[in-house]
Amino acid sequence: MSTPPSSTFDGCGAGSPEPQFDGCGAGNSQPQAVRPVFLAVYLLLGVAFGFVLSRAEVISWFRIQEMFRFQSFRMYGIIGSAVVTAAISVALIKRAGLMSVSGEKIAIPRKILGHGIRYAAGGTIFGLGWALTGACPGPLFVLIGSGVPMMVVAVVSALAGTWVYGWAKPRLPH
Amino acid sequence: MTAWIYSEWPWYVAGPLMGLFVPALLITGNKVFGISGNLSHLCAAIAPGNVEHFRYDWRKIGLWNLVFLAGVLIGGFVAFHGGPQHDIAISPATRSALARLGLHDFHGVAPHELFTWRALLTLRGFVSIVVGGFLVGFGTAYAGGCTSGHAISGLANFQLPSLIAVIGFFAGGLIATYFILPFVLGGL
Repeated sequence: MSTPPSSTFDGCGAGSPEPQFDGCGAGNSQPQAVRPVFLAVYLLLGVAFGFVLSRAEVISWFRIQEMFRFQSFRMYGIIGSAVVTAAISVALIKRAGLMSVSGEKIAIPRKILGHGIRYAAGGTIFGLGWALTGACPGPLFVLIGSGVPMMVVAVVSALAGTWVYGWAKPRLPH
Repeated sequence: MTAWIYSEWPWYVAGPLMGLFVPALLITGNKVFGISGNLSHLCAAIAPGNVEHFRYDWRKIGLWNLVFLAGVLIGGFVAFHGGPQHDIAISPATRSALARLGLHDFHGVAPHELFTWRALLTLRGFVSIVVGGFLVGFGTAYAGGCTSGHAISGLANFQLPSLIAVIGFFAGGLIATYFILPFVLGGL
């Protein structure tokens, strides 16, 4: 069931002493079976995050248009202050060398730069979709529950997009 | 007493609250905040096919995140159905720019002229919903993250790849806003 702490997960491009994350599985270099009580915590955190996304209006197509047209500071203020808050928190956590409640040393895997093509090309393609749907992945799901149920179609389409990427991955420049 | 929850949150309340999910997940279980990995996990769970990219133990790697995502959906439902909704007070400049493109219904969080079941059968609805959704899914998988994983988690950890991705997000968004949407909304 549980993996020894020293073993690294190689399915996501890890294997070096400093585990590296290439983006495929989003974020955990040492996957261990998550205890049910922790799943409950993740569920509650998700509820809180969905609530915040909805009330902050970042799920709104109109707000995204306002942002890309530079006609309001609001979205920039939100994203900017979210990054600053997260950055300060991460710096404090690193400095304190905190352990997580689940008992792991908190470590954030670095992203592999490589040629950087995947970030520029993938990012730009994502941006096209972000402006067209007016939603990134989190809001896509929030919208289903927030009065735009047909966003379920956009989610299915996004899954198709992710699947096609997985299929085409060996033929794409990264 | 709780009326403020259903008023418009200022950016300096909404942004820091969002940012706090990064340390909350790290402190809970050493988990890195990011939504889009779930699209891969769902592919791996539902239809991995013969695709190498989806051949991993999604339960071990992604179950926590899928549970988080289920919470996100519930949270959106609670926020929407738990109290009164107000229209999104977008700037007059945006409103008139969109009106020039042929949008006139500014109620709700997304334009009814594009995001309804009926609109799905129109070209502009199809492009907004189906094409847009596809590009979001493809782009985020290619880039290895979305606004949460790259813009918030990645930038907060000073990752150069994330900065490149975020610049790409905006480049793509600007291209779509100024060169694609006018045709999609107006001409077609």
